[in-house]
Amino acid sequence: METNSIKGSSIKKKRVFSKTILYLVVIVLSVIFLSPFVWMLSTSLKTQEEIYSISKSILPEKIYWTNYKLAVTEMPFLRYFFNTAVITILVVVGICFSSSLVAYAMSKIEWKGKKILFPVIIATMMIPSQVTMIPLYIVYTKMHMVGTILPLTLPYFLGGGAYYIFLLRQFFPTIPNSLVESARIDGASHFTIYSRIMLPLCKPALTSVGIFAFMFTWSDFMGPLLYLNKQEQYTLSIGLQAFMGTHFVEWGPLMAASTIFTVPVILIFFFAQKYFIEGITVTGIKG
Amino acid sequence: MVKSSAVLGPKRKAVNAAKRKDAWAGLLFSLPWIVGFLLFSLYPIGVSVYYSLTEFNIFQFPKWVGLGNYTTLFQDPKFYTSLINTFYMVIIGTPVTLIASLLLAVILNQNLSCRPIFRTVFYLPSIVPAVASSLLWIWILNPQYGLFNSVLKVFGIYQPNWLVDPSFTKPALIIMAVWGTGQTMIVFLAALQDVPRSLYEAAEMDGAGTIRKFFSITIPSITPVIFFQLIMSIIAYFQYFTQAYILINNSGSGSGLNGVSGGPENSLLFYSLYLWHNAFGYFKMGYASAMAWVLFIIIMIVTLILFKTQKRWVTYGDE
Repeated sequence: METNSIKGSSIKKKRVFSKTILYLVVIVLSVIFLSPFVWMLSTSLKTQEEIYSISKSILPEKIYWTNYKLAVTEMPFLRYFFNTAVITILVVVGICFSSSLVAYAMSKIEWKGKKILFPVIIATMMIPSQVTMIPLYIVYTKMHMVGTILPLTLPYFLGGGAYYIFLLRQFFPTIPNSLVESARIDGASHFTIYSRIMLPLCKPALTSVGIFAFMFTWSDFMGPLLYLNKQEQYTLSIGLQAFMGTHFVEWGPLMAASTIFTVPVILIFFFAQKYFIEGITVTGIKG
Repeated sequence: MVKSSAVLGPKRKAVNAAKRKDAWAGLLFSLPWIVGFLLFSLYPIGVSVYYSLTEFNIFQFPKWVGLGNYTTLFQDPKFYTSLINTFYMVIIGTPVTLIASLLLAVILNQNLSCRPIFRTVFYLPSIVPAVASSLLWIWILNPQYGLFNSVLKVFGIYQPNWLVDPSFTKPALIIMAVWGTGQTMIVFLAALQDVPRSLYEAAEMDGAGTIRKFFSITIPSITPVIFFQLIMSIIAYFQYFTQAYILINNSGSGSGLNGVSGGPENSLLFYSLYLWHNAFGYFKMGYASAMAWVLFIIIMIVTLILFKTQKRWVTYGDE
């Protein structure tokens, strides 16, 4: 009896010990992962002198908002913000529309092309964007479309982004075929089924697709770098990069601008966390 | 007999008509994608092959040079520099980021209270826009005033000049990548949660310890996910561009003429970056197209080799 209880308490102690270690590790790691954010925020609220002072404290002595004012006024920040938003909204709409159409054709219509589409779409995922980038750039140059937002948006209305089609194609089969078939027997057209049954039922998957498209476009760098050459068209990515070029050592305004650039993405994450996690796991696992 | 065929006839006709209707519907629904595929995939792929066999600067008509671009490429020392830099990221960056994200996932998979909070903390860095995070890290890695070296100083560790010393530029990028590895971590976490409890219980009966359980149950159960992430990560590193571009052009470590620089001693000259320089810095479209095809072939070979090794270490549960 006695030895048993001693044994029990030592196991308990061991458990408590390993639990403590576990929490310690998680907390230390969290501090490490969060510290760049803290550093970005604190730098954005420091004066230039304090940023370059020797006595380094992580937190600013006094909160200094001027950096934000500088970031918004010294570069056409609102212009960049607006440009980025326009492109992003167009791409999100285009992707949700065109990828759900193909995904429907691939999973809910019985036709010969069904079996061909999927391997072709997967194959387009394998071709690195570097291959198609040069001919497309040349075409856009010849059609005088460089310097417009068309090269950055048009492809997405035409099924651009095989990844999104893939994600939806993984989700559509979870909607039972019997639903589609009974609607067909009732005389509903495929378009009615698509818009009245599939889209409402696939809202979670479509939301994931929309969010990923948003995140990708909002942050995209290479596309705008290639196709936008006038400052008034710049997106935040390119604008921030250009701002860095002219304000090289002014880390206060730079970090303020980076913060404003990052906030929308983080807000979206907090509002739609569920869809993020679902979308990532669907594409990541069933690949 | 006659009667039955008379009944079957219109029925079959109706079925055929429905089938035809479905074929049209299928075609219509995929039409946007088909047009996009022809315009934005098939046409550029075809033309790219042709360009790679020409000398072409956009302004003049392409001049046929046969395999000239490819032979020049294989004699180009910068091509090899960019390949070595890229393979550095593939060979070191991939395992480091995958192991880091797996470890984070394993920790999160423990019986933790407030797990969603910690999960969010580890995930958030991965959604910070690449330009913002690259600028942030240029500042964090600033040798005198940056956070990173200040912390190293506290612990008395050597403080490298991260973005200037050519032997530290790529490790700096890998540190950035580890910070932003949240996506992979979420995938691993979901995979870990799918490992059947019963397996662990059976192993505990047999007296297996934590480490034994990890290597004999956890890892084998999630090898398909590891395999998929490995391939995705390798492909991404082969196309590594944005962070390197921003670091080179904004860290003050020597940006060259019209943005054509490979960083300190070309230590950040990755394959995609060198391709970009050739295409949009020197307007050697033919040469850059040849580079794109060589990249495609390298990625294909590496992926095929990985698929060949798959049988040896990836275990798919009976489906």
